[in-house]
Amino acid sequence: MSRVGWIRLAVIVIAVGALEFACQFGFINRKVVIPPSEMAVALGKLLASGQANGEIARTFGIIVLAIAIAVVLGFAIGVVIHALPRLRQALDPFFATYYAVPIFIFYPVMVAIFGLSVIPIVLIGVATAIVAMIMATLNGLDRIPRVLSKVARVHRMGAVATALRLKLPAAAPYLFTGVKLAVSYGFIAVIASEFILAPAGLGRVISDAYSDFNNPRMYALMLLLIIVATFVNMVLHAFDQRWAERRGIGRP
Amino acid sequence: MTTAPADAAIHASLKGVTRIYPGAGGNKPVHALGPVDLDLRRGEFFGVVGPSGCGKSTLLEVLAGLQQPTAGTVNFEGKPVMGEVPDGIGVVFQEDASFPWLTVWDNAAFGLRRAGIDEAETRRRVDDVLAFMGLKDFARAYPAQLSGGMRQRVCIARTLVLQPRLILLDEPFGALDAQTRLLMGDEVLRLWRRTGATVLLITHALDEAAMLSDRIGAMSARPGRFMDIVETHWPRERDSTIVGEVAFGEITGRLWENLRGESLKSLGYAGMAAAE
Amino acid sequence: MIATRRAADTLVILIVLVLAWQVLHQIVGATALPGPLPTLSYLAKFVPTARFWENAEATLVAFFYALVLSYAIGLSLGVWMGIHRLSGAVGEPILISIYTLPKITLYPVVLLIFGLSLSGRVTFGAMHGILPVAILTMNAIRNIPPVYLKAARTLHLSRRQTIVTVLLPATLPEVVAGLRIGFTLTLLGVLLAEMFAAKSGLGFLIINAMSLLQTEEMITVAVMLFLFAAVANALLLWMEHKLHRRA
Ligand SMILES: Nc1ncnc2c1ncn2[C@@H]1O[C@H](COP(=O)(O)OP(=O)(O)OP(=O)(O)O)[C@@H](O)[C@H]1O
Ligand SMILES: [Mg+2]
Repeated sequence: MSRVGWIRLAVIVIAVGALEFACQFGFINRKVVIPPSEMAVALGKLLASGQANGEIARTFGIIVLAIAIAVVLGFAIGVVIHALPRLRQALDPFFATYYAVPIFIFYPVMVAIFGLSVIPIVLIGVATAIVAMIMATLNGLDRIPRVLSKVARVHRMGAVATALRLKLPAAAPYLFTGVKLAVSYGFIAVIASEFILAPAGLGRVISDAYSDFNNPRMYALMLLLIIVATFVNMVLHAFDQRWAERRGIGRP
Repeated sequence: MTTAPADAAIHASLKGVTRIYPGAGGNKPVHALGPVDLDLRRGEFFGVVGPSGCGKSTLLEVLAGLQQPTAGTVNFEGKPVMGEVPDGIGVVFQEDASFPWLTVWDNAAFGLRRAGIDEAETRRRVDDVLAFMGLKDFARAYPAQLSGGMRQRVCIARTLVLQPRLILLDEPFGALDAQTRLLMGDEVLRLWRRTGATVLLITHALDEAAMLSDRIGAMSARPGRFMDIVETHWPRERDSTIVGEVAFGEITGRLWENLRGESLKSLGYAGMAAAE
Repeated sequence: MIATRRAADTLVILIVLVLAWQVLHQIVGATALPGPLPTLSYLAKFVPTARFWENAEATLVAFFYALVLSYAIGLSLGVWMGIHRLSGAVGEPILISIYTLPKITLYPVVLLIFGLSLSGRVTFGAMHGILPVAILTMNAIRNIPPVYLKAARTLHLSRRQTIVTVLLPATLPEVVAGLRIGFTLTLLGVLLAEMFAAKSGLGFLIINAMSLLQTEEMITVAVMLFLFAAVANALLLWMEHKLHRRA
């Protein structure tokens, strides 16, 4: 690991250690925060007991479903919009404002329409993630060098071969950036809707534990979500980084 | 009536070729090229020079079958070229067309894999062409890790490996400094001699054209036509040292005489050109 | 002429969206989703009421404090991490991980600390806004071409002059982009806080209307928030464009 990496690790260890110390020695009230070690133990017990397995499976299942729909549909819509420049120009102002407005405030509207079930959660997850994927697709298709279609003709490649062997790989890193954003937006939206209003799921369980003053349970699941989100984002980021490096994207 | 291969020495030819780009989206149509007549002799090295925007790339693409001429006919090896790139023509484009997602080796192997050549033969030919282009040590590298000149060499390797009989090069060294360009010129001469192919090289550098070519076509400002075709009479065995020869100076002088007015025109100094 | 055609196209899409709303309304019924017209007339009635403005004020006050905190902390953090290279290298991945975290998970902690008070909502809003401001400011400073600084030296500019005439203008467009994203996310944070647990504010109003099945009120509030965010964003974008053109 590099020097910077060691320092970063030290910073994190010291921060967690300080929290542990402050909790153990009563500088922080246990009713507010429990020591990190107890969070980890509580999480271990909870996972071992299998009590929360159903909720965990439900939440991550919804997240995966929402992200998958957003990525596939977003890509398809991006391809269509890219082929219709006039439509794209007309949609431009919508894309520019989409992430500036709190789309999440429409979650209750979706609950009103579809009832308190999985559907509004998936829908808000898709709605939050899909536009990032559409915009990434448009950007990726824009970045395909025009000379590639000439190369394709020199090699006498058909439309399908050109799309799969030249255009897709050329656009891939930009599409991947879209996937990365879709994953983190989808994650955030699904968890948030479960928190605010949902019949079940991790978010709901955490917010119930909060109302019942069940701190070990609350912090255990919080820790779980933070670990999973950080891990997924780190993997995607590392992938993105390596790709960018190999392709020389984002550097002069 | 297309003529039978009456003259086996003619490898490719353009007859009365004109290219007008239709104006799209309210733009005026652009008369980019022609009419142009040109016979490329089998195995010769033909250089094309001309002011920027005069239609050089258009000429190359029409010859390669990448664009349909608005008028006139294109022939390659006695057969008309119609809307498809004929087998036996290799093209290196003005833009960097290396595939950034493939290693240098896989870039070079691309065409062979498309053609379904077996693995052993592919390996032999790719290793050979990479060694020839001086890219052997970079076989596992990705294009982004190479300099611009090396990336163009990757594109040349990708073309050469298919053993084209007519090689079209569109300003392959446009982005390089003058010294490196001279050295790259030597390399192109080497590949020309080794493959025995016919080469058409577009360049904006008069010295490069004068040093490399058997014949040089000097094009007018848009719409591009050949104003002059200069024979150099260089021996087949030649290299960049000929830039010191007296004849070299005479050739570049004659090219510049032809091109000066045209270049001024393409820059918009119509008055100055007329005053000469 | 092209601009008017484009505006007309955008208008067509807007009309299509409203029609889609109407169609959906017709399918699911008026209780689940009131149509555009009844909503509009409800909006005209509801927006002038004191109830709306009291709640809007609660949201705006929390949002204002949260925004001030976001900008102050985000800018300081970003400037520090941009200038001090080691801190930047160490901290950037940490900031990015926190940025991509679903921060709503941490809201119960905020509640345990602050209770159902204004400070809780302000803190939660700032938690959303600080990171984008810090990250973009840091990048802006890091990406200053070194040649600018060399030029400043050859012109014998003082430290203050260098900052005012070179560094500030060079970083401003990207910093403003950070402020714009920080604006949006701070607003989102405040609204989430109000939706989860609060007795006032527009976020509370939405959830309250939802549980009372007053869908018209719910959509009215959502539309008003939508308009507020869109207009603010357009203003900030406009500023950004002006800065870019000048830069
Ligand atoms: N697809 C196109 N549509 C319309 N006009 C075009 C198109 N391609 C080229 N042109 C125009 O045709 C003219 C000739 O273009 P071409 O690319 O052949 O010039 P060139 O001699 O290769 O220039 P350069 O030296 O800059 O490479 C230019 O004025 C160019 O703007
Ligand atoms: Mg050209």
